[in-house]
Amino acid sequence: MTRRIAIEINGRAVQGVVEPRLLLADFIRDNAHLTGTHLGCEHGVCGACTVQLDGEPVRSCLMFAVQAHGHRIATVEGMAPSEETLHPLQQAFHECHALQCGFCTPGILMTMEAFLRDEPDPTPERIRSVLAGNLCRCTGYQNIITAVRLAADRMQKAPDSAVDRP
Amino acid sequence: MDPRLDPTMDRLTANGIGAAPLRKEDWPLVRGEGTFVADFARPGMVHAFVVRSPLAHARFKRVDRRAALAAPGVVDVIIAEDLPDRGRPIPTRQFADEGSNRFLQRPLADGVVRYSGEPVAVVVADTRYRAEDAAELLDIDYERLEVVLDGEKAVAPDAPLLQPHAGTNVAGHLVVETGDVEEAFAMADLVIEEVFSIQRHAAVPLETRGLLAEYDAKTESITVWGAAKIPHVNRAILTRLLGWPDENKVRMVELHVGGGFGARGEFYPEDYLIPFAAIRTGRPVMWVEDREENLRATNHSREQSHRVGIALKSDGTFLGLRDSLINNTGAYVRTHGMTVPGLSVSMLPGPYRWPAYRGEFHSVVTNKTPGGTYRSPGRFEINFVRERLVDIAAHRLGIDPVELRRRNLIDRDDFPHEVGTSYDGHPVIYDSGDYELLLDKALAAFDYEGLKRWRHEPAGGGLRRGLGMGYFVEKAGPAEREYARVELSDTGDVMVYSGSASVGQGVETILAQVCVSHLGLPYERVTVVHGDTAAIPEGMGAFGSRAAMLGGAAVMRASEQVRKRLLDAAAEELEAAPDDLMLTPAGVSVVGAPSRAVTLSKLLRVHGGVIKEEHRFVCDLLGFPYGIHFVAVEVDPASGAVRIHRYAVAYDIGRCINPVLVKGQISGGLAQGIGGALLEEFSYDAAGQPLSASFMDYLLPTSLEVPDVEVLITEDAPSPLNPLGVKGAGEGGTAAVGAAIANAVSDALGREVTRLPLTPQRIVELASA
Repeated sequence: MTRRIAIEINGRAVQGVVEPRLLLADFIRDNAHLTGTHLGCEHGVCGACTVQLDGEPVRSCLMFAVQAHGHRIATVEGMAPSEETLHPLQQAFHECHALQCGFCTPGILMTMEAFLRDEPDPTPERIRSVLAGNLCRCTGYQNIITAVRLAADRMQKAPDSAVDRP
Repeated sequence: MDPRLDPTMDRLTANGIGAAPLRKEDWPLVRGEGTFVADFARPGMVHAFVVRSPLAHARFKRVDRRAALAAPGVVDVIIAEDLPDRGRPIPTRQFADEGSNRFLQRPLADGVVRYSGEPVAVVVADTRYRAEDAAELLDIDYERLEVVLDGEKAVAPDAPLLQPHAGTNVAGHLVVETGDVEEAFAMADLVIEEVFSIQRHAAVPLETRGLLAEYDAKTESITVWGAAKIPHVNRAILTRLLGWPDENKVRMVELHVGGGFGARGEFYPEDYLIPFAAIRTGRPVMWVEDREENLRATNHSREQSHRVGIALKSDGTFLGLRDSLINNTGAYVRTHGMTVPGLSVSMLPGPYRWPAYRGEFHSVVTNKTPGGTYRSPGRFEINFVRERLVDIAAHRLGIDPVELRRRNLIDRDDFPHEVGTSYDGHPVIYDSGDYELLLDKALAAFDYEGLKRWRHEPAGGGLRRGLGMGYFVEKAGPAEREYARVELSDTGDVMVYSGSASVGQGVETILAQVCVSHLGLPYERVTVVHGDTAAIPEGMGAFGSRAAMLGGAAVMRASEQVRKRLLDAAAEELEAAPDDLMLTPAGVSVVGAPSRAVTLSKLLRVHGGVIKEEHRFVCDLLGFPYGIHFVAVEVDPASGAVRIHRYAVAYDIGRCINPVLVKGQISGGLAQGIGGALLEEFSYDAAGQPLSASFMDYLLPTSLEVPDVEVLITEDAPSPLNPLGVKGAGEGGTAAVGAAIANAVSDALGREVTRLPLTPQRIVELASA
């Protein structure tokens, strides 16, 4: 049994004929070829697979692709405005050494991008609390909190800011 | 030349050793453009699923695969009888021990399964989904056997045996002894004997393991992507297990690596099975471990119990230390199976003078997942044991724990210091140190007096405050040698090829920094290549905090050689002394006379446009960085919660290549240590079923459990063993977390902690004891 679905991913319509059991994460990775969305646990705990569904962060390992039919998905690949620029969050992660292996990073970026839209000026304690939904095994989290706060500062000063490649 | 004489030189080497340039690794990773192995693909690729034993110990006579083979999309189902010699044992690669070879793991279980999660078959299908569907159709006639799970029980005379032909569950036994231990304990004013235990937990990198293997029948060669940590070492093991004559028919490629921490990149059953499946099916085969598999299949670590004694004089002078430990290595001895107990007995003495020391291990097999190394292997465990014992002694003697340590630290004039133990055949000789100086610096930097005042202020809410510390010696730089090649082209671009590997730690960045300092060209022009056996002739990879020490030294030497050749050639061309010349990406000029210059393209013309230099750096001995953890906690005796008020780490690493990355290593290492001290535990039911096979049950620390850490990096004791003076910094953040937190909780509760992890339940029990 298969279903025909169409999902808008990063502004591009992606269609497919899929089994109902196909995970949204696998559709994004295998059908849309956007492999920046990583699978770290496949049971909704680690947050590495976080994408945005109609602007809200969701775990793409806990949704079936068919459930996203007709919806808008944003993934990490859609964050940077161009090949030569980074989103302020991405830039801040780079500057603050907020990633080591980088495997968890896309999920954290997608979580924090939505968070800063809701709360543009969070305290470090508030960032720490929201970040607790994502696991990182490398950094100890400290630099991630610093980076999110730095990005928040920059985004408040220049809401559409993007940072050129050094 | 002296860079102070020329500001241009400063600019050229601005991102060299000691600086903190932005990482070379980050750009693709933050954009979601990384290539982890699961992101990679080859045309015609099929997917493997490893069928694992659902039981901890069972016999089976038959695997009926007919239904699975007939299932939609299935390409192949592989069982032990399909493998040459029914599967050849995977060898150990360190701490070789003849006796342990009776307990090696073969790629697929053949008639007996010995842990829940042991590979029994491999199903290959066109999709992962269909491979898993077909796996459910396998019919295996398991017949349960009695299990043994506890290390102490495994050595009992009536224990069920995992390998009956061996006649024992003891896979390895070692005694090291220096000085007269009996006499030390006989003449002591105070002897303390205690039993400590550390729970089974593991590295658990956020990316699970994965491999993609593709066989080329025309050239009879194979390529394996996803080869982490030690690609060249694993190439040799795979070649041997395949029975092929030539390593060059096997290519290992690293790709991006989502964390290693000791576990990823060791040679596992799948490292043979997936290449074998690719050869057998003629199709590229992809295998990606899921998390449930990862928690049952990838190396566990740390499960030990210690019966330990310390002998002291009444003034606190240490006279002797003796330990007998049981290391529960799980169902088989894997590549690193003997490394953890070996390191435990070799490193237990720590930073102190011991007139007499005796360390003994029995490493035993049980019906649990096999074990191996995890960041600070053996040391997280023994630092907990030793530093707890020292605190208990301080309490008994009424001496301040800091003061008791100070009285027994190895003296600064006593380096190099021979410990009397050995590491994989090499003597443990602390290369350099000033342990008391670091203690003084740490006490001042972290305001220990202020913390003591805080400790005695009332906490309110029924909370109890405690302080704890752990002093530790780490080790860095195993595996004796490393390769580097530096190539300068006439465009001014530099390629650095290294035998080191990336596990996410930033190796490209720090090797580029070393090159910048010793070649003298800008960071932006340096590209580091690693992790491809086709591009790099040899290498020992990344483990044991070795990449900076050995990889860095090799890059330093190769960079110097390139610089010298270039400047010698330019000196001749410009009729000037090499010391008066300055190198830029454009060419070489005479300092103070820029018109006297020669371009790189002219200089390199006779070399075909590229100068290449190789270096193989060799160092038989290890470096020994050392450090101190301080922690201040508030413990709630009612709920069992431990809140970390402050955490501070002082670490002397000889020389720091990049302070931001070193601090990142320490805070990340600390997070893992907190997991080990408070949260993470692989528990099993009585039948050997794992009870922590998901992230709902196996608790990794989140941002709410990991505090900000204050870090003091010092460079007071450069290593004399390598020209950079570095010692490696990857493991000190983890090494003493169990020790320091257990000491702090003991201080808070006025009870002696002897067991990790300090879960809420155990704290409540301890508080009410």
